[in-house]
Amino acid sequence: MSTLAPLDPLIALAGGLLIGLAAAVLLLFSGRIAGISGMVARAVGIADSGTPRLQALAFVVGLPIGAWLVSASLRQPEVIVTSSIPILVTAGVLVGFGTRMGNGCTSGHGVCGVSRLSPRSLAATVTFMLAGFAIVALARFMVGG
Amino acid sequence: MRQTIIALVTGILFGAGLALSDMINPARVIAFLDLFGNWDPALAFVMGGAMIPAAIAYVFSRRLRSPIMHTKFHIPENRIVDRQLITGAAIFGAGWGLAGYCPGPAIAGLVFGNWQPVVFVAAMLAGMWLHRLTSDLQHRGQPAI
Repeated sequence: MSTLAPLDPLIALAGGLLIGLAAAVLLLFSGRIAGISGMVARAVGIADSGTPRLQALAFVVGLPIGAWLVSASLRQPEVIVTSSIPILVTAGVLVGFGTRMGNGCTSGHGVCGVSRLSPRSLAATVTFMLAGFAIVALARFMVGG
Repeated sequence: MRQTIIALVTGILFGAGLALSDMINPARVIAFLDLFGNWDPALAFVMGGAMIPAAIAYVFSRRLRSPIMHTKFHIPENRIVDRQLITGAAIFGAGWGLAGYCPGPAIAGLVFGNWQPVVFVAAMLAGMWLHRLTSDLQHRGQPAI
C-alpha cells in the first residue's frame, strides 16, 4: 500500500464535482436520490420500492461505463487491491447487509443526505466513517502494518 | 424512457467521477481511513466536491413544485435516527474499511480487468439478499424496505 502515488487534490475535487453533478441532475430531472446501494438492490430485485427497476438498472450499468470512459481517455488508474478472497467476501457481505439495514451507503447518505443536512444521513455517515477508521486501525495493529 | 436515459447518463457521470478521483482504487480509500499510517486526504476532497453541486441542487429543488421530467420528488422524509440505522451504518463501515470498497466504486471498478471487485460485488449481493431474507422473516408478509 506504500506504493500508492499521491493524487492531485484538484483532480480529487474535479471527480467529486462530477459525482455531485450526477446527483444534482438526477434530483432535478427525475426527483431521485443517487443512492447506489438502493439502486443496486432495486436493479437486481432485492428491494421492492424505490427507483423504477429499469431506471435503477440503467444507473448501475452507467457506473462502469463512466469509469471505463475516464480510464480510456483521461487517466488510467493504477488499482491496488491487497485483500484476499476471504476478506473480500466478508467485506462484501458486511457492505451488502449493512447498506440495506442502514438504508444507504457513501452516496445516498454520505453525499446526497449530508448535502441536504438529513439527520439520519449525518448520523449514518459519522457512524460508517468511525467504523471504517476503527477497522483500518484494528487491522494495522493486528497485522503490525 | 426519458427518465431511463437520465438514469444512464447520471450513472455514467457518477462512474466517471469515481474513476477520475481514484475512488475505484481500494488502496486510496483505505489510505484515507488509515489515520495512523500514511494518511491520504483524497476522499475528503471527493466528498467535499460532490456536496457542492448536490447541495445547490437540493436548495434549488425546494423551489420547484416537481422535477423537470417527473411528477414528484422522492426525497426521504424520515428524520428519526434509530438503532437499525446506526447498526446498519456500522456494519457497512466495517466492511468498507476491511477491503476499501463501497457499492459504487466496486461496481464501477468491474471494468479494470482485476478479479477482486467481481468477488466483492457477488458477496455484496449475497449480503443484500441475506438482509432481505432476515427482514422478511421478521415482518412476515411485509415487503422489506
